[in-house]
Amino acid sequence: MRNDITRRDALALGASAAALAVTGASAQTTSPIKAADVPPPKFAIEKGASLRMLRPVRFVQADEDVFRANAAKFSKETGIEVKVDFVGWEDISQQTAVTSNSGAGPDIIIGFSDAPHIYVDKLVELNDVTDYLGKRYGGWLPLAQTYGKRSKSDKWIGLPFGATAGPLIYRKSVLQSIGYDKVPEDSAGFVDLCQKLHKAGKPAGFALGNAKGDGNGFANWALWSHNASLLDEEGNIIINSKETIEALKWVKALYPTFIAGTSSWNDVSNNRAYSSQEISLTANGVSLYFSLKNDPATKAIAEDSEHQLLPKGLAKVSPMAGLTLNAMLFKHSPYPNAAKAFLQFMMEKEQYEPWLNANSGYWSQPLAAYADAAVWSSDPKVSIFKNTMQSTYYDGYKGPISTATGAVSADYVLIQMCAAVATGAQTPEAAAAEAEQRAKRYFRRQGR
Amino acid sequence: MSVTTLPSRGIALRQPGWIARLFDYKPFLIVMCLAPAIGLLTVFLTYPLGLGVWLAFTDTTIGQRGIFIGLENFQYLWTDPLWWGAVFYSVFYTAIATFGKFALGFWLALLLNNHFPLKSLLRAIVLLPWIVPTVLSALAFWWIYDPQFSIISYLLVDVLHIRSTNIDFLGTPWPARFSLIAANIWRGIPFVAISLLAGLQTISPSLYEAAMLDGATAWQRFRYITLPMMMPILAIVMTFSIIFTFTDFQLVYAITRGGPVNSTHLLATLAFQRGIAGGELGEGAAIAVSMIPFLVFATLFSYFGLARRKWQQGEAND
Repeated sequence: MRNDITRRDALALGASAAALAVTGASAQTTSPIKAADVPPPKFAIEKGASLRMLRPVRFVQADEDVFRANAAKFSKETGIEVKVDFVGWEDISQQTAVTSNSGAGPDIIIGFSDAPHIYVDKLVELNDVTDYLGKRYGGWLPLAQTYGKRSKSDKWIGLPFGATAGPLIYRKSVLQSIGYDKVPEDSAGFVDLCQKLHKAGKPAGFALGNAKGDGNGFANWALWSHNASLLDEEGNIIINSKETIEALKWVKALYPTFIAGTSSWNDVSNNRAYSSQEISLTANGVSLYFSLKNDPATKAIAEDSEHQLLPKGLAKVSPMAGLTLNAMLFKHSPYPNAAKAFLQFMMEKEQYEPWLNANSGYWSQPLAAYADAAVWSSDPKVSIFKNTMQSTYYDGYKGPISTATGAVSADYVLIQMCAAVATGAQTPEAAAAEAEQRAKRYFRRQGR
Repeated sequence: MSVTTLPSRGIALRQPGWIARLFDYKPFLIVMCLAPAIGLLTVFLTYPLGLGVWLAFTDTTIGQRGIFIGLENFQYLWTDPLWWGAVFYSVFYTAIATFGKFALGFWLALLLNNHFPLKSLLRAIVLLPWIVPTVLSALAFWWIYDPQFSIISYLLVDVLHIRSTNIDFLGTPWPARFSLIAANIWRGIPFVAISLLAGLQTISPSLYEAAMLDGATAWQRFRYITLPMMMPILAIVMTFSIIFTFTDFQLVYAITRGGPVNSTHLLATLAFQRGIAGGELGEGAAIAVSMIPFLVFATLFSYFGLARRKWQQGEAND
């Protein structure tokens, strides 16, 4: 894969042209996005500055194309060379760890959600950039603030680029055939629906294997929709609670209605099962819908599919957290001002809006004004993803984000608690106690 | 008779210099020859190993420097049911997979040692599982064991109609454990078979001819000629096989990531999970270090147990 951006690339692939190709929106149309007249911060760009950035590989090709074009545009306007490397999602954490520990490597890394909270001591604060962008584009959305700011402070240690969510996706015709127009919001109603789907031979399926995205998404939903959580507001571990026991009993009741084998599912298993019509209900990002829609063989499945926010259960709003792209600027960078200027440039309307549109709804905006981007009205089935970063739920909810909250998620502690009960390996009480013990182990040192 | 005496000046010229004399000094020459190898071992083997052992005694996490905490990591592991589960499965996995690989590999080696058409081609084909990258074969097995799309389930359910439901290979602990062992055996057979085949070909045919003249049966020829003659190579191959199997990582991590419910964690996968994914570098290192006694024991047992010279020579052990 090429990592460098030449000026020829920039000329050949203008950001608006790429956006036009992907979204079909007219590049000439006046954008409805409102930008307040706020003076931008003046960064004294270091002489001879050049930047190297690492970010997760694109999910849709246009993401990479427009991102590269935007970076090339920055280079053209400022003379600052920017080299962007794209690496696999599984590798970004390790590469960030090496960069952080060695104090060498990329100036900027876009990691996932809690990454800045792990390397907080190695990062440059970004308040000058975030203050400006927040004032200019209608303010930062709740999830962006949660992940971008250091816990219990107003210091921005990360710059959120966007988030993707995993709401329900279901076959409309199958639900209608068993008497449902949409998925019930209450937990008991959801079990009833799944039982009927199972009886109809088109069951539901949710990952209960060691699946970082989908497995954790299901486990968190099970807990949060029963008002259970890993932590309280003060950061005390409260996973071994009566609410958790109720959540686990619900999982136990739900599991027999799933298609067989979900306890070994990883992150792609539900995509495959849904695409092959083995299941009629699961939770996933918008990528599943687009892969169905863009393949003539499965287009009919996409047309028959609907998205819905995860049922609330006892929660006040849909308990769904978004996986957030979170940019970090490392202290070892010899060009911090150039890096700040670059981050600011990438979030400006002229660059960010085409990139957001190009992602077809896969990433949703962290700044309120971008809710008016064309992508959100391009397909009604995508608009549900627009408010992903309005979520008040996150990994580690309700407590402060720390290294340990990420570790609990990465070590699949909550998924395994659910899977152990679902498969009958443990009682809800025993599983909750074990999860508490494992979480405490991580929090004894990393909960800082 | 004439005697020629070399001029004394000539003798003086041929006196070696101090550098030459130094290199003629045997202990110095040995040290000099070994120095590059020792240097490389120090840099690339001793340092990483030493660092790993040091980390095991610290509370280092990713992003944070640690301090020396003595045996705390090991004390915790002693009380950790997941570590005990990984110890159990690592030993079980190694024992069953090694037995399977040796039984099938030795049998295959004996077959391949015979003369038959296209012998070379068949030997090359046997090597295939070994030369395919582990992750690629892991992905293949992941598909084979898929709960919805397994080719085995398809054959049994849709083609042969022997079963009515798909097999859930990886969804419950014991089937998942045996599924991984089967994948490891498939992958390891070529190494054992080809190594043992090389050993078989060093046995002189005259031994078998003499035994046949004495009226030895096929089993007796195997028991009293093949097996004793093969013991040195069996010991070496088994030692390596045990090490490779006990420290396996890729197959398990690519197929189950230690699931379901941590039932297939090997010590290597648990070390990675805790150390890298979980960020507890010290604890991950401690798990990795905890593998060393098992490996040393297994290595000593297989090497010295099988390589005893009297046994090799077909005599009783002392």
